[in-house]
Amino acid sequence: MMRALWPLMRRDIAAAWSGGGAWLPVIFLFLVASLYPFAVGPDARLLGATGGGMLWIAALLAALLPIERLIAPDVESGVIDQCLVRGISDEIIVLAKLIAHWLSFGPPLMITALPASALLKLDAGTLIRLEIGLALGTPALAALGVLVAALTAGLRSASAIAGLLALPLAVPLLIFGAGALHEGSGAALKFLAAIALLLIAITPIAAGAAMRAGRE
Amino acid sequence: MIVSVSGLACIRGGRRLYAGLEFTLAAGESLRLTGPNGVGKSSLIRQICGLLPCTEGSISLSASPALADERAALDADRRLGEALRFWARLDSAPSDLLDQAIERMGLDALAELPVRMLSTGQRKRAALARVLASGAALWLLDEPGNGLDDASLGALGRAMDAHVAGGGTIIAASHFDLPHSFTRSIDLRYCAP
Repeated sequence: MMRALWPLMRRDIAAAWSGGGAWLPVIFLFLVASLYPFAVGPDARLLGATGGGMLWIAALLAALLPIERLIAPDVESGVIDQCLVRGISDEIIVLAKLIAHWLSFGPPLMITALPASALLKLDAGTLIRLEIGLALGTPALAALGVLVAALTAGLRSASAIAGLLALPLAVPLLIFGAGALHEGSGAALKFLAAIALLLIAITPIAAGAAMRAGRE
Repeated sequence: MIVSVSGLACIRGGRRLYAGLEFTLAAGESLRLTGPNGVGKSSLIRQICGLLPCTEGSISLSASPALADERAALDADRRLGEALRFWARLDSAPSDLLDQAIERMGLDALAELPVRMLSTGQRKRAALARVLASGAALWLLDEPGNGLDDASLGALGRAMDAHVAGGGTIIAASHFDLPHSFTRSIDLRYCAP
């Protein structure tokens, strides 16, 4: 059953990049970083103090952008059913989607954070803490995205409901992610890692159950 | 026995479609499901391949199934050949089986075309080629003849004949005659509770 993981992941990653969907979060984060200085003014101290938090908000919203195309199109086209007929369980399908979704938005987002932090005049220490926070937080955001995508697959106006569902669940990530930007905030990183572990662990089970229930 | 179904019932939307369904199929047998729209032909096929729960009665399969229903399950942006190869790889079927399937369903000329450019009939042929290429012993075909022209129907009939002759098993739901002599036939109208 695990041997299906790699082909499914590769298919999802290829679809994300060839469909152009993987560029959306990157462009979104970059846009926010370039617009923010225009909105609050070019004061380097103000930008440096608030820019990191702004990048976390942008990263969180960017993670929600591709939710609609994560699971619903595969349910509609019959791809999920074909996987199930081949004995691949819902949980394995979700796990493959989770890893593929993270690979197509987590690392690109972390790379985009480099030029973005330059635009926001973040100092080197803050940048390093931001990158560590994103490395811990983006897998959790990916898990949340897949979970919400599975819960809303097949609903009308799924994207609006997806946003409403995901945002409250993402608040802890934002609190501890942005909280970890200050010096000597190791505890916030540990909380961030704990939340990430929890979300990644429950997503295959919860999203798998949601998909199974949706098939009735 | 490849398929054995006993005492099977199906409840959809609070309504019992059929109940007390019993049949067994051995290798080299083919079963046609008939009956008017909404009688439960597709539901039975989905129950047999495990996509719908079987709350009453039991189904046991001793071979891996391959399903072709109304959805082709091929990625719209991929070339047809690649999209079919994705499933063939998941099935870990030999690659010459896929080439054969593409040829038998008359898709050679279309293999380089993106799936979204295909017509309804071509898409249906692609879904059937996916089943042919899977190497599965049990074919579950839901309205396999829909949208096919006469030549493609002929190709489908020959593929089904060859599969049954080679010891395979077929369950097909169709509301019109397919060019294959089925060994069994069940009219689900008479299985309504």
